[in-house]
Amino acid sequence: MNLSGNSPTQKAIYWGSHYLMIAAFVVFALFPLYWLLKVSVTPNDILYTEGVRMWPSRTTWENYTFVLTQSNFPHYFMNSVIVAGTTAIVTTMVAAVTGYSFSRFAFRGKVIIVALMLITQMFPLVMLIAPIFKILAPLGLTDSLTGLIIVYTAFNVPFATFLMQSFFDGIPKDLEEAAMIDGNTRFQAFRRIILPLTLPGVAATLGFVFTAAWSELLFALMLVSSDAASTFPVGLLSFVSKFSVDFGQMMAAGVLALIPACAFFLLIQRYLVQGLTAGAVKG
Amino acid sequence: MASIEIANAVKSYGAVDVLHGIDLDIQDGEFIVLVGPSGCGKSTLLRMIAGLEDITSGDISIGGTIVNELQPKDRDIAMVFQSYALYPHMSVAENMSYALTLRKTAKEKITDAITNVADILGLSALLERRPKALSGGQRQRVAMGRAIVRKPQAFLFDEPLSNLDARLREQMRSEIRKLHRRLGATSVYVTHDQIEAMTMADRIVAMHDGIIQQVGTPIEIYDRPANIFVASFIGSPAMTFLEGTYEIAANGNAGVRIADGALIPVLPAQGATANQAVTLGARPEHIGIVGDDKGGIPARVDLIEPMGLSTLVHVSLAGNPVKIFTLDRPDFAADSIIHITFDMEKIHVFDTKTQLRLPPQSEPHTAKTA
Repeated sequence: MNLSGNSPTQKAIYWGSHYLMIAAFVVFALFPLYWLLKVSVTPNDILYTEGVRMWPSRTTWENYTFVLTQSNFPHYFMNSVIVAGTTAIVTTMVAAVTGYSFSRFAFRGKVIIVALMLITQMFPLVMLIAPIFKILAPLGLTDSLTGLIIVYTAFNVPFATFLMQSFFDGIPKDLEEAAMIDGNTRFQAFRRIILPLTLPGVAATLGFVFTAAWSELLFALMLVSSDAASTFPVGLLSFVSKFSVDFGQMMAAGVLALIPACAFFLLIQRYLVQGLTAGAVKG
Repeated sequence: MASIEIANAVKSYGAVDVLHGIDLDIQDGEFIVLVGPSGCGKSTLLRMIAGLEDITSGDISIGGTIVNELQPKDRDIAMVFQSYALYPHMSVAENMSYALTLRKTAKEKITDAITNVADILGLSALLERRPKALSGGQRQRVAMGRAIVRKPQAFLFDEPLSNLDARLREQMRSEIRKLHRRLGATSVYVTHDQIEAMTMADRIVAMHDGIIQQVGTPIEIYDRPANIFVASFIGSPAMTFLEGTYEIAANGNAGVRIADGALIPVLPAQGATANQAVTLGARPEHIGIVGDDKGGIPARVDLIEPMGLSTLVHVSLAGNPVKIFTLDRPDFAADSIIHITFDMEKIHVFDTKTQLRLPPQSEPHTAKTA
């Protein structure tokens, strides 16, 4: 179907409105990020006095300096890196083997396991905070990074598994059979042939889980009480004091927190684009 | 190279039996084609030989060793898949050398083997390419090369030509045959295409519903099909079948009386009794068109299919579609009445109940049946 019309004017209108809509969406989606950046470089003394302006008359880095040198933020930041990184790696590993077995094997109870994993995705998390706290407390896993990693991994494995399964489904079974006939055991075939071909899927899953764990607030807030084990979303709340909210510092911390997520996505974006379009084209 | 023996092999998925006790001896160096419609169990049997499917019961041995419990990698067989199953992240050379690399073969030896095989298959210029940069026919060759390089005990082919276009398929058919003659390797080849089976096989194994229907050379299978299934499956255009009753005249002549009352003379069949329900089977080339006064059976013309070399005349006989092969170029009008005769020496009589062929009394009973 030729949606763009035939005459040059029709084409111009078609493509013009096409890009206009994309631009409108991008502005809509990125505006909060822009505002984050803007407030983070606005000096405190003019934050409320200048009214609503697209860019402050003076800019400053003092919020960043404060966050990096005088707050606990670098510590929260490290905690977040540890928690999100470990969660992403462990979850992806578990999801890879589980997804592979879902994709390749028929076994007793498979339907039940899949159903159970789906059910876990249906509960509002708030419902589960009390029981999870009750379970973790006697084990000494509240107020600890390990506890957070376990909870995040448990909650992310089902979705990550289904994601990985769909990537494995896209790889023909013949490939590992050929690899097995060529001299591999099934596990070697998985590791040497299938896994390298699933790298886009692995990257997509890593990215998904990393961001989910990186920005998780509810459990981080409820299960952790000390500063020592706080992650950065909780840390952001420390900029809210009894009498005021230190927006400049909070926004500066927010911008800094964006950096690892962005870096991570830059790193995997090549695989991610492949991954998200995998299956769309044969070849 | 090695022989393959399959003894009473059964495959079940839960309560469903896919293969019911397969017995088959494949000689060293033989080219065996397993043929049958989809779901007949031919691929399952091949995959059991490869070790990709467990054997529910029975034994499979390769070169005299029972391999039931051996992993595919320990069976020393090579397989060519329908999808080619080339490793997309490896070059052509890496694809072909992969098995040798896994076996830690010396580098020079691998290079020699690859160069040699690439020469045979005309792949020398493509060794550094990735599979996605190859055409279907080239991928097919790489898949063949990957199998040949290993010098395995046996080659297994799982419908390797189904993804190629007709012309390329024809070409690869003869290439695989030539390659087999050159390498003399035991080969098991699965296909649903009866032309591939006829043209390539030393022996054809015709399968249906998880049972071997007949094993024999292509000509044996074509000329003396064991039952109605084999007769209908092998041969293109397909055999015509007419149901009727068997009759024996006082002078010993036999015939099959079909629905409209016409009597088609046949050779007296072994074990057939008067008034038995039988099915007459006639290949299109064994039915002739004769002049109105030559005593043929009248039939109405449905359709004429000119194929260049030959012409296929579709007629109706007592409500049954009948196909006639002729090298003439007839131009009958549709619905006109022509007269046809059956070559009594060549047509077959089948027992309608058991579906088995009742061979003429003059023929020694040789055709193997399951």
